[in-house]
Parts: sequence; C-alpha cells; structure tokens
Amino acid sequence: MQNRRAVRRGAVARARGAAGDLALTVVVVAFVLPIAWGIITALKPEADVFDNSVQSLLHATDFSNFVSAWNFGPFGQFLLNGVIVGVLGTALTVATSLMAGYGFARLRFRGREPLFAVYVATLVVPQEVLVVPMYLFMRDLGWINSYQALIVPWAFSAFGVFLMRQFFRTIPVELEDAAKVDGASHGYIFGRIMVPMVKPAMGILGLFTFIGYWNSFLWPVIVINSKSMATVPLGLEYFLTQQGYIWNLLMAGGTISILPGTLLALLLQRWLSQGISLAGLGGR
Amino acid sequence: MTALVERAGLAGSNPGALRGHGHRRRKERSDARAALAFLLPNGIGFLVFTLVPVIASLVISLYSWPLIGTRHFVGIANYRALFTKDSTFRAALLNTLYFVAAYTPLNIGVSLGLALWLRGYSRGRRLLRVLFFVPVLTPLVADSVVWSLLYTNRNGLIDEAVHAVFGVQGPNWLSSPHWVMPAIIIMSVWQGFGYNLLLFTAGIHAVPELYYDAARVDGASAWHVFRNVTLPLISPSLFFGTVLTIISAFQVFTQAYVLTAGGPGTSSTTLVYWLFEKAFDDYALGYASAIAWVLFVIVIAITLLQMRLQRRWVHYEV
Repeated sequence: MQNRRAVRRGAVARARGAAGDLALTVVVVAFVLPIAWGIITALKPEADVFDNSVQSLLHATDFSNFVSAWNFGPFGQFLLNGVIVGVLGTALTVATSLMAGYGFARLRFRGREPLFAVYVATLVVPQEVLVVPMYLFMRDLGWINSYQALIVPWAFSAFGVFLMRQFFRTIPVELEDAAKVDGASHGYIFGRIMVPMVKPAMGILGLFTFIGYWNSFLWPVIVINSKSMATVPLGLEYFLTQQGYIWNLLMAGGTISILPGTLLALLLQRWLSQGISLAGLGGR
Repeated sequence: MTALVERAGLAGSNPGALRGHGHRRRKERSDARAALAFLLPNGIGFLVFTLVPVIASLVISLYSWPLIGTRHFVGIANYRALFTKDSTFRAALLNTLYFVAAYTPLNIGVSLGLALWLRGYSRGRRLLRVLFFVPVLTPLVADSVVWSLLYTNRNGLIDEAVHAVFGVQGPNWLSSPHWVMPAIIIMSVWQGFGYNLLLFTAGIHAVPELYYDAARVDGASAWHVFRNVTLPLISPSLFFGTVLTIISAFQVFTQAYVLTAGGPGTSSTTLVYWLFEKAFDDYALGYASAIAWVLFVIVIAITLLQMRLQRRWVHYEV
C-alpha cells in the first residue's frame, strides 16, 4: 500500500515535471522569438518579408542581406570603433579605479572619509545631468566627433573606485604588513600583492565597463556626427534612418549588432553567473 | 548610498575587514604622499568630468543658454516655465512615471519568478540564465530595431498572435497613443530582466539549504517557504535590484528615440527624450538642464524614500 502510493506520487511528480518542462520551453521560445524572427526576416528576399507562410520560412536562406547591410553600414567600422572605445575606456577605468580604490582602502591621509563620501554621493547622479555641460566642454576642447570624447568623460566613475575599495578592504592587512616590514614600497605592495588578489573584481568591473561603453547610445548621439566615428548602436541608428523600412536589410543590421553581445554571453557563461554573485552585486 | 550598497553586500561578506584597521592606527603615520599619487589619476578625472559638470549643470539651468549667442541669467524661470507653460514636459513626466510604475514591478516579478523557477532545475539552468542575460549585453538600439518588426501592423508577429488568440485585429502598437507605452514597456522588460535574474539567483543561492530543510520538516507549503524563508533572506538583493531598476527606468530614452521619436504626438515622449530634444534640437541648454535637475531630484527623492522604507521589510541579519 505504502509502496503503491509512493509509485503514484512519483508518477504525479513526473507528470508535473513534464508540464513544468513544457511551460519552461514555451517561455524560452517566446523569449528567443524576437531575435529569431529578426534573423529569419533578414534571410528573406524583400518580396517575402511579410509572408509568414511556412513555405516562405523554408526559403529564408538569402544571406545576401547580411552582406549588403555589412557593407552599407559599414558595420566593420562600427564594430572596430566599438572595440577601440570599449577596450581603451575599460583599461583606463579599471586602472584608475584600482589605484584610487587602493588609496581609499589602505592609505591613511587627512580628509579621506569626507572625500570618499563625495565619491559615493555622486553614485546616484544620472548621466543625463552631465551631458549638457560635458557637451559644451567637449566643444571647447575641440573633441566633438572623436574617440577621446567617447572614452575619456566616462572613465573616472565613482562606481569603479567604490567597487575596488570594497574589495581591497576584504584583503587581510597582515599580508602587506609583512611586506612593509621588509621595506616594500606602496607601489610594490599595490602591484605585486593587492592587485593580484582582486583579479575577479577587476574582471567584473572590466566586463560591465566594457558593456557600458559598447551599448552607450545617448552620449554618442550627442557627441558624434559621422559614420566613421560611430559605435555599433549609433551606426545602427544611422543605418535605420538611411535605409528607411527595408525590413530584411534592417533586420540584418539589427542581428549583426546583437551578435557580439550574444557571443560574449556564451563565452563567459560560467563566469557571468558566478561573477555577479562574486562581486557581491547580489550576494548577501 | 554607501549604506545601501554596503549592506546589499557589495562589500563582500567580510564584516571583519571593516574593523581591520585597528592595529594600523597605532602607528598613526600618514601616507599622504603615496595617497596623492594613487588618487590623482582618478581624482582629476572625477573632478573634471563629474563634480564640475554636476555643478555646471545646476548653474546652466538658471540661465537662458543658447548653444550659439549670448546667455543671460534668468533665475528659476526655466523651472517655472517647465511646470506652468510646457505641456510636453507634463506629458513627458507622466509618461516616465507610467513607464517606471509598470516596468519596475514587471521586471522584478519576471526576474524573481524565473529565478525561483530555475532553481528547481539542475541541468541547463546556467545556460538559460545566460540566455536571458543576452539582451542586457546587446545594444538597446538593436533590440528596438528587432522589436519594431514584431510591432508592425502588417502581418507583424504580435498582431498575428493577437488575431489568432483573440480573434480581433491587434492595435497598431507604435502609432497608437494608448498602446505605444505598453509596447515600449513590454519590449523593455524583455530586454532588461536578465540582469535582475542573475542578481536574484545569486541571492537565492546564498540561502543556506538548512533553512529549507527545517521548513520542510515542519511541513511548510511552498508559499510559506517562499514568504517566510526565501523572501526575507533575499530581501537585500531584492532591495538593491529594485533601487537600481527604478533609477534606470527613470532614464528611459533609447526605446522612445528609436521606435517612435516620442510619438505619436507626445504619447511616448519621456523626460530624457524631451531633455535631448530641448538641448540638441532646440539648443536650449539652460532649459534642458532644468529638465535634467528635475529628473535628478526625483531620482534622489525616490531613492531616499526607499532607503527609509527598507527598514520595514529588508532583513540584513542571517
């Protein structure tokens, strides 16, 4: 009797599990659909774009739209600009955040806490508050339509300093004390002892900084005015305005722009989920 | 804000480290010179590109400041004009509040729901979480472009689906004053919930299995376990995620810019969209800065309010 009940309970659980799997599959398909539909449309000849029949879906194998979109973009240029701006901006942000984070975490000087409080207070300042004066500043520097304008203004974020300081503070002081007894300089302690210990946090800061640069739209729209300097989002926006609504080409441009982030997510799969909990962004 | 982020766990869970300075204090020496060297690179940039612009923005907002030509001090005239004469600003304010009020609970609900749901799966769940995270990593412009196809009323996928399920013609999403905001909100939730999903997942996984075992032994229902075990224990993540989500929701811009240009009429004009128009189409920089400061003050007020309210529902002790 006991046994039979257990078996029945097992069957119910299995059925429930199957229903759950089915529901989850529906959710996943619905989630992927917008991008999948974009890719399918990008593979259609123009006459077929609004033909949703199965037959037209099966014939969606026209890669020429991707080639046309790529060349018209030119998406190669947009991607290159995005990489240049993202890499340099990230390097600058991580380097200066590491140094200042170490300073705030470990060095003793008068006014440290008030100064840090000022940094923290700016964490809530929306970018939109900064863009108008920043635009005027860029104009006066003669930086309009340049890589510097895309990179430099956002490379000194309070967030990076804050994050790095928190991580440096979790490292036991004993490690540096031993080095100090041996007469090591701050430069040595920073470079050889501290930085290697916060590598995971550097990775997280680096990733999110890069994504920020890569996807930034408001600022490039303001400060860039030519295709040759456009990053991917702005380049795609130019593409959109110039192509009008030639949907298959538009979708080709759209999915090309989505591809790098997708690859990044898949490559960093293991690291992403662990990374966020590691940086404590969601840790308890 | 320090308290907020520190408590939410950004500091890593090492309370000892916060008190680890005791024996260094004994030496009472100053590292002023080294500190200068370490802080200067960031400090100069921070001063020039954050502190000065914040103050400058406030000052500019008190001027009539055209891009080219002479500027003159007008006091609070820009602010007064915003609230008394500018009907587009009023629409933008309402649209933005609408967006925040709908987007935030949807985002939190979907991401928390999925985080809990996926916890029950052992295989493939990491891949799924990363999949849901993909749009967060992609340009919002590209996501908007892809969604614009779904929203077309000429055999668009969503219209087809509405027709199939409800048997009625779907609305012309992006050119309907009533449906344009819901359309933007739905797309934005799709795009953005992946971040909170990872955030909440991390929070959920940090709950010791022990608590669930204890609840199970007591015969607690799934709802009870969620309400009395999971929810209090992940409340810091939930709080942190909500605060960040609301702040970013107030800054909604790209979707309106790419999908609708703020239209039809002013139906999808948001605060930041209006700020952008004023600053870079009308070149009214003072007026635009006033909009920026209204946005800023709202964001600060709501963040402070949340920090006050958190005492009622966020539990930091394990």
